[in-house]
Amino acid sequence: MSADQFLQYLISGLTIGSIYALVGLGFTIIYAVTRIINFAQGEFVMLGGMLSFYLISSVGVPLAPALILSVLIAAMIGAIMYTLAIRTARRASVISLIIITIGAAVFFRGIAGEVFPWGVDFVRPPYFTGGESISFLGAYIHPQALWIIGTTLVVTVLLHLFLSYTMVGKALKACAISPVAAGMVGIDARAMALIAFVLAATFGAIGGVVMAPLTLTSYNVGFMLGLKGFVAASIGGFKSPIATVIGGLTLGIVMSLAVGVDWGPFSSAYKDAIAMIVLLLILLIRSGRLAEEERAS
Amino acid sequence: MRKYLKSSVILVLVVAMLAIGGMNCTQAPSDVYKVGAVFDITGPASNLGVPEKQTVAMMVNQINEAGGINGHPLEVIVYDTEGDADKTAMMVNRLIEQDEVLAIIGPTRSGSSLAIIDTITTAEIPQVSCAAAIGIVEPVEERYWIFKTPQTDKEAITEIYTYLQGANVTDIAIVSDTSGFGAAGRDILLADAADYGITILDDQTFDSGDTSMLSQLTHISGTDAEAVVCWSTDKESAIVAQDMQTLHMDIPLFCSHGIANMAFIDAAGDAANGVIFPAGKLLIVDEVPASDPQKEVLTNYRDDFEALYGEGTISTFGGHAYDALSVVVMALEQMDEGLDITEARTAIRDGIEQITDFAGTGGVFTMSPTNHLGMAPGSLAMIEIVDGEWTWLQ
Repeated sequence: MSADQFLQYLISGLTIGSIYALVGLGFTIIYAVTRIINFAQGEFVMLGGMLSFYLISSVGVPLAPALILSVLIAAMIGAIMYTLAIRTARRASVISLIIITIGAAVFFRGIAGEVFPWGVDFVRPPYFTGGESISFLGAYIHPQALWIIGTTLVVTVLLHLFLSYTMVGKALKACAISPVAAGMVGIDARAMALIAFVLAATFGAIGGVVMAPLTLTSYNVGFMLGLKGFVAASIGGFKSPIATVIGGLTLGIVMSLAVGVDWGPFSSAYKDAIAMIVLLLILLIRSGRLAEEERAS
Repeated sequence: MRKYLKSSVILVLVVAMLAIGGMNCTQAPSDVYKVGAVFDITGPASNLGVPEKQTVAMMVNQINEAGGINGHPLEVIVYDTEGDADKTAMMVNRLIEQDEVLAIIGPTRSGSSLAIIDTITTAEIPQVSCAAAIGIVEPVEERYWIFKTPQTDKEAITEIYTYLQGANVTDIAIVSDTSGFGAAGRDILLADAADYGITILDDQTFDSGDTSMLSQLTHISGTDAEAVVCWSTDKESAIVAQDMQTLHMDIPLFCSHGIANMAFIDAAGDAANGVIFPAGKLLIVDEVPASDPQKEVLTNYRDDFEALYGEGTISTFGGHAYDALSVVVMALEQMDEGLDITEARTAIRDGIEQITDFAGTGGVFTMSPTNHLGMAPGSLAMIEIVDGEWTWLQ
C-alpha cells in the first residue's frame, strides 16, 4: 500500500464513518434518555434523503430550503412517532418499546415504498456543490464527501454545546444519568423523551439529506444504515455524542483499511469480518471495564 | 334417524356429482385455456414484476381480440408474489390445485423460481420462468417441466469476455456484491476468464446495501487492470460508476445486464457515460437492422406496449414475460382438442420442448430435451451509454 493509497483509504473511511456516526448519534441520544434502542433510527435517514429528492424534483423547491424542510418534516414525524407509538405504551417494558420501534421501522419503510412517485426505485438527489472530485495530496475526495464530514463535525459540536450549556440540554443529561433523581428535581421525563426522539429524527434526517446524493437512496436503505449506526453507537458505548462519533469514524476507517491490506488468498469479502472482530474486541474490553465500574459503585 | 338418512343421501349425491364433474374435466372446443402467472408485482423487485404483469394483460387482450387460440379464449390468472419465496410457493399451489391452470409463467426472480422447482416437478405442470439463474433449468434432466426465457449470467459474461478479447484487453479487475446474483456472476467471471486469455488481477467484493465502493476501487487502481467488470444490481453499480469517477479512474467499466434501466442512468448521471453492458436488443430497437430475425417482434412489442403504458416505459423484464407467454401460447396452438388436464399439461410441455427458431424479445430460442433455455449466441447486444442514451456497439 503506497502513501497515496493509504490516504485514499483514510478519506474513504472518514466519509463512510461520518455517515455511521450521524446515524449512531440518534441511537445514543434516545438510549441515554429513555433506555430504548430505536430501531426506526435508520428509517429517518431514509426519510431525510427521500423527502429531499421529492421536494427538489417533484415539488420544485430550491436545494437549500428543500434540505431544511426535509429535516423539519422528519423531525415532526419523529415527534408523532413518539407521541402515538411510544408514549401511549409507556407502561410497557423497555423490550416491548424496542419491539414497537421495529414495528415503526417496518411501517415507515412500507409507506415510503408506496407514497413517493418513484415507488421502489432508487433515486439520487443533486450534489450540493458539483460532482467534480477534489485532488488532495495525491488522493481524491468528492465535494459531497466534504459536506458529509463537515456536517458531522458541526452537528457533533452543536450537540455537545447544547448538552453542556443549555438548560434543556442539561435536563436531558440528568435524565440520562438518573431518571428517578431527575424526576425528583422536577424534570419532566416525558418531555425529555419527546425531545430525544425529535433530536434523533433530526440527526437521522440530516444524515439522510447530506449522504443521499453520494450513496443514493430508496425506501429500503434505512435498515442497513441503521445497523451500521447501531454498531457505531455500541462502540461508543451509547454514552456521549463524541464517543459515538469516534465509534463511527473508527468503524469506517477500519473497514476501509481492511480492504486495502492484502490478505493473500483472502478477498475484500473479509472486510466486514474484520470490522466485526474489532467491534467484538472493543466490546469485550469495555464490558470488563463496565463490570468494574459497577462493582465500584 | 330418518332425518339423518335423508341428509346422508343428499351428501352422497353431492359427492358423487362432484366426482363425476371432476372426471369430466376435459377441454371442450370453446373452453377457456387457463394459464397461471406469478410475478413480483409489489415488493423489492416490483419494477421488474409490474411490466411483466402489464405485458401479460396486453397480450391476453390482443390474443382474444384476434379470436383466441384455435377458437379458445385465453385467460391468464396473475398472482402477486410480493417478492417472497414462500408466497410464491403458496400462489403456485393455488394455481395448480384451485385454478387448475394448464401452465405457469414466472416468477420474476431467481430465488423464488428456485424455491418452487419441487412443487412444479411434483405437480407435473409446465412452467416458463422469467428469472435469470441457470440453476432454474439445469441440470435439465431434473428440470423436466421447467423452461425459462431470460438470458443467464453465463450468456452475459460470454458476451463481455468476447468483447474484451476482441479489444485485446487481457488484464482486468472484477468487483461484485456478495448477494446471490453477484456471487454467481463472480464464480463465472473467475472460471471463464482463462478461456478468453484474460487474467483477473484483482477480485474485490462488497455487500449489497453498501454505500461506498471507494476502498475496493482504490485497491483496483493500485493494479495494472485495463478494465473493471462490476457484477451487481443497478443501484450498487451506479455507486461504482460514481466512485470510479471520483477517483479519476480512466479505465472502462463493464457492468451486468442488471443495469438495463433508466434508473441506472438517472442515478449515475455523468458517470454513467462510457459504461458498457450486455442486454437484450429491446433497449436499442431502432438500431437493430431489418435483417435481424428479432427486428419485427421487438418493434411490435415496443410500439404496442408504449402505446398502452406510455413513452419510455419499455423494459427487458416485460420482454421476458412476453417470451414466456409466447412459448406457452405456441404450445397451446399445437395442442390436440379434448385432452383432460393431465394430458394437456403433458402436451404443452412436449410442445414447448419442440419450439425451434422462435424470435422473441430476449433472443432467438430453440428448445430441446437438453436445453430448456435455448438462447442462440448473438441474442445479446453490447450496449454503451453515450450522453445518457443506450448505443449499440456492433
